[in-house]
Amino acid sequence: MNSRLLRWCLPFVFAALLLLGWQLLHASLPASRRFLLPDLARIFSAFRDHGPALLSATRYTALTALTGFGLAATLSVAASLLLASSSLIRVTLYPYLMALQMVPIIIIAPILILWVGPGAPSVVIVTFLISFFPLVVNTTQGLLSVERAQVDLFRMGRASRWQELLLLRAPAALPYFFTGLRISAILAPIGALTADYLVGTTTGGKSGLGITALLFSARNEIPALYATALLGCALGFALVAAVSALAWLTLHHWHDSYSASEK
Amino acid sequence: MPFPSSITPPSQIRLQAVTKRFGPTGPEVLAPLDLAIDPGEFVAILGPSGCGKSTLLRLLSGLAAPSSGQLSVNGHAPGGGDDLAYVFQDPTLLPWLNVAANVETLLRLRRMPAAERTRRRDAALALVRLSDRASAYPRQLSGGQRMRVSLARALALEPRILLLDEPFGALDEMTRDRLGEELLAIHSRQRWTALFVTHSVAEAVFLASRILILAAHPGRIAHDLPIDLPGPRSGETRLTPKYLQLVADISARLRALDPENAASAPASAPVAP
Repeated sequence: MNSRLLRWCLPFVFAALLLLGWQLLHASLPASRRFLLPDLARIFSAFRDHGPALLSATRYTALTALTGFGLAATLSVAASLLLASSSLIRVTLYPYLMALQMVPIIIIAPILILWVGPGAPSVVIVTFLISFFPLVVNTTQGLLSVERAQVDLFRMGRASRWQELLLLRAPAALPYFFTGLRISAILAPIGALTADYLVGTTTGGKSGLGITALLFSARNEIPALYATALLGCALGFALVAAVSALAWLTLHHWHDSYSASEK
Repeated sequence: MPFPSSITPPSQIRLQAVTKRFGPTGPEVLAPLDLAIDPGEFVAILGPSGCGKSTLLRLLSGLAAPSSGQLSVNGHAPGGGDDLAYVFQDPTLLPWLNVAANVETLLRLRRMPAAERTRRRDAALALVRLSDRASAYPRQLSGGQRMRVSLARALALEPRILLLDEPFGALDEMTRDRLGEELLAIHSRQRWTALFVTHSVAEAVFLASRILILAAHPGRIAHDLPIDLPGPRSGETRLTPKYLQLVADISARLRALDPENAASAPASAPVAP
């Protein structure tokens, strides 16, 4: 019980130390260089000064991140079912799947602007491209990593292909799916932020944290830049926490890696 | 089980000149094999690794097809009837289902109505004395309990033939002995036909009414021995001279089949007190 409490406290203790170190470093810098590590108080006041703009940008980035992430999660299930269904399909499509992840977003960005124009649709597409791959790879792996004896059991029970998929392969793939989901949950908000920076717009107040960061950096508002970065991190943490909670709810009663805390 | 008692029941499992090789040019795993097994027999199969013990069970279950020869189970080709159940070396439980749902898995595949499913599940769990663990998950059970669930899943099919592929091989000796006794008690009530593959001579002698000793390369029946230990068998049976004599005799026969030991003199067998 005590060690559990300690585990909860440690990240916060570390945060306190980090902030203290930051502040000391800030104070030790010569006055002309202090803008590099701004006073914590100025970062916090940046939240207040730019409150409405930061809030709307955060909302926009959260929304586009969630849309791209949700799209990736949904389509990855379909893609994984397709890939798991035959090794021929796998060897045919796998290089293209990797290519999807390997093409630099910086190169995709101008093409996307040409195709669908700047703004939310482009941001969502970039987020999707970034979070799709880990989901497909993990889920496909899960659908295929069923024990031979379990497949024999189902074959002997003369299970149909659908029964084998729904009652055996799909549940067996769940832990893998959630592993992919967690990786993508980290990537999606950062992806949406970067995409906004590259393919976002400033028109009609519909811009996200990427454009906001761009503006702050152009205006040399360093504390506000740090505030923007913190909000991007917060989005990532929120999504990862939500996914982890969902994974725990789904898996803790049977999967060992999620049930350690019960002991 | 409703077998007519006035007439001799026909052989339930019949193999005629069955062979099995993996791949068209692979070595023969089973040489031409002839075998007949009657309803209610408890047949233990012993033999060195590579003798085709597990292959034999896979052929009977329909998981693999013979390369040549005739094979019939309950008058059907293997895999054709609903009256055969298989217990694997590992419990092969589905970890995301609780005990009750695991026992029902095979019934669900057959789309059995829920009421009948529940009845069979409860009966099978009672047989293996796990009724109070119905809502537990496999990871909360001991190795012995998991194997009991696996057994219950097979028994819920109400099979006429039970194929067991070294089911207790991974368990400690005490658990193994106790499960053997329970299996025998269930068999004496239900009288299904059992084919029980094992590496343990002691286990084979204790359980079986007949022991097949297979030789390897290619797999063939070297000895076909009736085991006429009086029943009902219990833990005490393991202490009787007759039992110990049989274990010694069969161990010696098994050792003689092993090419590495064939030349040397038979090692001293355990002697009855």
